[in-house]
Amino acid sequence: MAAVSTPVSLPAYDHKRYFFDKLGLSERLLERCLGEALSAGGEFADLYFEAVTSSSLGMDEGIVKTASQGISVGCGVRVISGERTGFAYTDDLSAERLLKAARTAALIASGPQTERVQGFTHTNTPQLYPVTGVSADAEISSKLKLIARADRAARAFDSRIVQVRASLNDELRRILVAASDGTFASDTQPLARLNVLVIAKDSENTARGTSGGGGRVTLDFFSGDKSPEHYAREAARTAILQLGAIAAPAGDMEVVLGPGWPGVLLHEAVGHGLEADFNRKKTSAFSGLIGQQVASSKVTVVDNGTMPGRRGSLNVDDEGNQTQETVLIENGILRGYLSDKLSSRLMNMPNTGSGRRESYQAIPMPRMTNTYMLAGEDQPEDIIRSVKRGLYAVNFGGGQVDITNGKFVFSASEAYLIEDGKVTAPVKGATLVGNGPEALKYVSMVGNDLALDEGIGTCGKAGQSVPVGVGMPTIKLDRMTVGGTGR
Amino acid sequence: MISEVALDSLLLQSLGHQIVERALSLGASDAEVVAIEGEEFHVKVRLGQVEQLVESGSRGIGLRVFCAAKDGQRTASTSTSDFSEEGITRLISGAVELSKITGADPFAGLPEREDFGSLPVDDLALYFDDVNHIAPTERIDLARRCEAASLGYDTRIQNTSGADCEVSTSHRVIVNSRGFSGEYRRSYCGFSVSPIAHDTTGGMQRDYWYSSARTAQLLEEPEAIGRIAAQRALRRLGARRVPTQQCSVVFPAEVARGLLSNLLSAADGDAVYRNASMFAGKLGEQVAGENITMVDDGTMVFDRELPNGSTIRVGGFGTSPFDGDGLRTRRTVVIERGVLKEYLLNTYTGRKLNMPSNAKASRGISSAPGIGGGNYFLQPGELTHDEIVSDVKSGLYVLSTMGFGVNLVTGDYSQGVSGLWIENGELTHAVEEITIAGNLKDMFRNVAAIGNDLEFRGSGAVPTVRIEGMTIAGS
Repeated sequence: MAAVSTPVSLPAYDHKRYFFDKLGLSERLLERCLGEALSAGGEFADLYFEAVTSSSLGMDEGIVKTASQGISVGCGVRVISGERTGFAYTDDLSAERLLKAARTAALIASGPQTERVQGFTHTNTPQLYPVTGVSADAEISSKLKLIARADRAARAFDSRIVQVRASLNDELRRILVAASDGTFASDTQPLARLNVLVIAKDSENTARGTSGGGGRVTLDFFSGDKSPEHYAREAARTAILQLGAIAAPAGDMEVVLGPGWPGVLLHEAVGHGLEADFNRKKTSAFSGLIGQQVASSKVTVVDNGTMPGRRGSLNVDDEGNQTQETVLIENGILRGYLSDKLSSRLMNMPNTGSGRRESYQAIPMPRMTNTYMLAGEDQPEDIIRSVKRGLYAVNFGGGQVDITNGKFVFSASEAYLIEDGKVTAPVKGATLVGNGPEALKYVSMVGNDLALDEGIGTCGKAGQSVPVGVGMPTIKLDRMTVGGTGR
Repeated sequence: MISEVALDSLLLQSLGHQIVERALSLGASDAEVVAIEGEEFHVKVRLGQVEQLVESGSRGIGLRVFCAAKDGQRTASTSTSDFSEEGITRLISGAVELSKITGADPFAGLPEREDFGSLPVDDLALYFDDVNHIAPTERIDLARRCEAASLGYDTRIQNTSGADCEVSTSHRVIVNSRGFSGEYRRSYCGFSVSPIAHDTTGGMQRDYWYSSARTAQLLEEPEAIGRIAAQRALRRLGARRVPTQQCSVVFPAEVARGLLSNLLSAADGDAVYRNASMFAGKLGEQVAGENITMVDDGTMVFDRELPNGSTIRVGGFGTSPFDGDGLRTRRTVVIERGVLKEYLLNTYTGRKLNMPSNAKASRGISSAPGIGGGNYFLQPGELTHDEIVSDVKSGLYVLSTMGFGVNLVTGDYSQGVSGLWIENGELTHAVEEITIAGNLKDMFRNVAAIGNDLEFRGSGAVPTVRIEGMTIAGS
């Protein structure tokens, strides 16, 4: 997969019309609210309107057991005064309630008004994804067919598959951001995910397998390679495999990570540590390391919010800035942080368009989008062949990092032993542990097979969840700690 | 913090009844409404300065409808934050329409009329108005004092990730078409601080400590909390790796709580009926050592001593009068002397397993009830925390675990760990960048010691435990 971002060709779409025509907002009202927000002396204020419709369909034990739809509408008002942020939100978009929220947030400052609201400059919105998503009610029968196909394919895979749950979750998120610095941006963000969870059982063991994928896509996405059968077989295959898995080894060893989702390593090992807020506060293990060697020279890592249709992509971030491709590590050297408006101003560095928030009820902060390592030149087979005794991990459950001491973990859900250059027995799930600023120095081989994950990632930070992508080619780490119970 | 929203809340029950009626008139055979509203205040202070101040209220409403079919009931859920007539109409018609596309499920449906119930709300002491009377300046001050105590504790603490103070209240209403109608309010206040300790080599370690309560009267001294947080961060400094080995592992109370809660997750009726739990089909069997008795109790009310010596009754953080299905909450012995006695069941999973619900339904607004316990605890033992540590010749004392390496289907357990090394019964240097691994089925049989230090700081409480036979992966 090449890291290019050719916008898809779609007719121009006026994202703000929903808020103006349907929810009754006007530029005049937004200006009034921003004026009110700055009335106590704040330097900057923004309004974040959000309208989300979400739906979920689940097939379970062969019947469509769950169906739900939700609507959430609201506005968050933020006022910044120096390093201070005042914030209030409302789920009632009447002028009265919006002005009240603005007055509440304004109180973070205390003084006479010093700043005026600038005239709005409409941000150009790229078209990285379709504006309809999969939410149209007319498509509900198509959605049902997809989960029914997944259910059938998983059951047909092997008679030891005893439970199947297939679900399709999607949402359409409309946002409008208006700020006192003249920012005015709007976007319509679809998101869909098909998920399959199976339980396999034989006379001795029980195991689970999951698979799924999606992105900022329409239902057509699931009619190609990424079919319900693809995810179903993948979930069933991993569950059956786990029935016969042996104990994972314990201790330091050579580790080969497969392409795609194992890129969660980058997300945990370096990504979070490079978010500007942690570095501004000097609470990250990466604080002050810009320009220094933090990985082997074979490693280049970028965060790229501009990839068409990807789960982590955004036309504009939640502060109304266009997203971009940001080089985090270049040939092993730490190059940059991910920043939002507040941190770029306080740290006097460029804004990378990384301000994201879970919803209108939350304050934005620097977050990742799609984070991946660029391809190298090694053949994946050569990488495996070079390992005498080690672990080959191809799929992971999730990861976590303590950004202050840099220690991170990620939990393998599908892994094998490598013995004398050959992939041998499947092993049970095991957690891998490492130290962020050190771990990537052990990268000795980088494959030519860069892949992004299937589109299942959700990142949590300070209680806020946002969709993200990760990616990586096959890589070899000369040393990593594998947390099994075996030899 | 008040009040327009709170006044509106009087209308929530009648709104709930109206929605139920309208859903029935559109063809639903049963309907259930859950409405939740809340107010929150949150201040974050860092290095003495206010960094974030959040004050707001929100509300949401969820509807679940059932439509009787030949061989069961069809069901669907909708939710909205839009309380306008248009929003409510869409909520109701959306649910009824959506239910038509689901399959008839013989186990779906509201509980039977005779099963509904509620503990007397007023006896549970879940709501204390005094949290609303902590002035905003005082809230900021609690966070500030807490952080100042951390910063002043030791010269190796010069930075923090901030101190927070939160005050929130919530109100929950459930109304359904089989005659259940209930509501309760809960209050919360608390503060915490996350100091960062640094050593001469540039290494940094962060930890935290907190106080939380339902009433302002039970908040601890912020200075004491700040000092404890500082000690917790400092003891992590100088951490190093230890070799791969098998050894004793001590889980102090706040870490043991997370580990032992896996017993309850494995007893989750939803996982059990799907065969997605190591406890599936094990009712009545020995699943843990005879020293393990685990209780889930949604009814707990504590007598707490106030600084002036008097006592006050206060409901636990996991206490509620009724569960998400509208059933009276109760005390459930899940594991007694190592024998699995009951699963955690809501109405649906109970029917699937052909057992009565034991009122463990948890209900958000957006989907059908899941499983969620109330307060939980492990029956304490006789030993003190220090006695448990001093019995260890060489082993690990866990300060925190990290990761997602807990598999409740197989019991396989593998987590990243930070901790302290125990040598000849003494806590020595800090350790990090290692993992501990085992299988929960073995681990719960190999609990060699259980402490007497049971303390409810949240909805769960587990005393210090020591487990034998786990594998440490390190250098």
